[in-house]
Amino acid sequence: MKMAEELRGIWVIAYRDLLRFLQERARLLSTFAMPILFLIIFGAGFKNVIGPMAPGVDFVQFIYPGIIAMTILMGSLMSGLSIVWDREFGFLREVLVAPISRSSIVLGKIIGSTIVSLGQAIIMLVLAPFLQVELSLILILKLIPILIIISIAISGLGILIASRMRSQQGFQLLVQIVIMPMTFLSGIFFPVNNVAVWLSVISKLNPLTYGVDAVRQVFLGVTTAPAQAIGVTIFGHTMGVLDDTLIVVGLGALLVILAVISFSKQD
Amino acid sequence: MAVNAIEINNLVRKFGQLVAVDGISFNVQKGEIFGFLGPNGAGKTTTINILCTLLLPTSGNAYINGHDVVKERRQVQRSIGLVFQDPTLDDYLTAEQNLIFHAYAYGVPHDIREKRMSELLELVQLTDRRKNRVATYSGGMKRRLELARGLLHHPQILFLDEPTLGLDPQTRRLIWDHINTLRQQENLTIFMTTHYMDEAEYCDRIAIIDHGKIVALDTPKFLKDSLGGDTVSVQADNHEQALQELTESFHLAPIVQNGMINFSVKQSDTFLPEFMRSFRSGLRSISVHRPTLDDVFLKLTGRAIRDQEASAWDQMRRMMGGGMHG
Repeated sequence: MKMAEELRGIWVIAYRDLLRFLQERARLLSTFAMPILFLIIFGAGFKNVIGPMAPGVDFVQFIYPGIIAMTILMGSLMSGLSIVWDREFGFLREVLVAPISRSSIVLGKIIGSTIVSLGQAIIMLVLAPFLQVELSLILILKLIPILIIISIAISGLGILIASRMRSQQGFQLLVQIVIMPMTFLSGIFFPVNNVAVWLSVISKLNPLTYGVDAVRQVFLGVTTAPAQAIGVTIFGHTMGVLDDTLIVVGLGALLVILAVISFSKQD
Repeated sequence: MAVNAIEINNLVRKFGQLVAVDGISFNVQKGEIFGFLGPNGAGKTTTINILCTLLLPTSGNAYINGHDVVKERRQVQRSIGLVFQDPTLDDYLTAEQNLIFHAYAYGVPHDIREKRMSELLELVQLTDRRKNRVATYSGGMKRRLELARGLLHHPQILFLDEPTLGLDPQTRRLIWDHINTLRQQENLTIFMTTHYMDEAEYCDRIAIIDHGKIVALDTPKFLKDSLGGDTVSVQADNHEQALQELTESFHLAPIVQNGMINFSVKQSDTFLPEFMRSFRSGLRSISVHRPTLDDVFLKLTGRAIRDQEASAWDQMRRMMGGGMHG
């Protein structure tokens, strides 16, 4: 009975975010704008500059998995933005006075934004044939759980930030301060092993790096690609999909727990 | 024994050094319309936020329908419906979607939901707009929709925080018609705040809060009567003569102000006919001011209910009030 009540709470929060997302066509389009822009700029513009750093693969094929991860990143942060948005426009009060526990609200928001960003990432897969990236059903089935895990982790981060933010401007500012460096230092645009040591160290401390690496390995296949050159190497050990995934799972669990604690803290 | 709809015992809420609510206690009976009035910043919103579980009290207790607002939040949340002064609707969704969200959130079963939604939308006259996005609604329509939504889960107690603020007179009227109909149909207890004096008159009882403390709590009639009756202002041909007559024959305490002679009587409606008949000094004009809740509010808080500048009349009444009760 109690459990059913919580599940209903989680579902209604997620349902409303989905419903709302579908109604906002502009937002739907805008979430694709950034990843596609980066794909074009980097894919075409920097191909000959950064390309040689990733030997053995075509540069577009190198950044494309990263762009998929980036789509997940952008989409998942909406979890936080929607909380800040609701707070600013009053709807959050309707949610907070309803008989739904705070942790159910957080979980509902995470599920909502995970479904939305997964959908967006899958739509981005449409580009694959145009970029000579091979797709197979098995690849997609392997990809989806990894994308879900990344999305849950980033959604948790978004809510953690949003739980203490009172305005959209504040949230956007923090997103820019935290997320932009995280994006650029996550190995989306260059292999983290083949850069200056300081850059390599920072990138390897960035948890998103492992998410990106997992997605890329699924795309390129560990055996076919020169993994040593492209993959993330820590103390001589090249991370496999499983290693990467475990790091993201651990981090995701931590972020979600912190998000629940922070959001549940009552004034 | 009947449980009170709301029970508040020595409730305190501090924000750092600021004491927003300073040890208030009162009960609201079932079925009552209870007005909670006070100047801006007096502690109204803080109290409401505590009662609807959005804020924790620093000390003291509050019970809604017998449920502790801190320990039994879930039961409290199920017992109350809310209409806040700021809209809490999702503008991007339709009216129907907003209501469905609410029904899910409160676990209203599907078959009851459809019936209840139709009834309430009909009542607030939004049936033909139910498929429209809330963003296309006017301020009054939004407030009506919030009223319908607040009642969707059959709450026993409805909180109305400035339910008609910023709406035009016709819309305010319409909303009050809805509130009254619903109140009778659903046997609701209503706890409301308002800046409109005429709305405060609808209340069975009124509490006035100032600086976090309850400064008065009674029926509107009693509060008004406590000011010491009606104020009569007369202009006479000869002020000296009139003053003398008022003091000696009528045993009143007249004061001359702005060229008018003012005095207060308990019941002007029975006093005046008799006065007109027997007053011998020549009268040029006579006017009566019956005390309003605004006068009560002004006297107790030093501010008008609506934050308007006190007029000359108000200032005079305040001075007189001080004289009469001091």
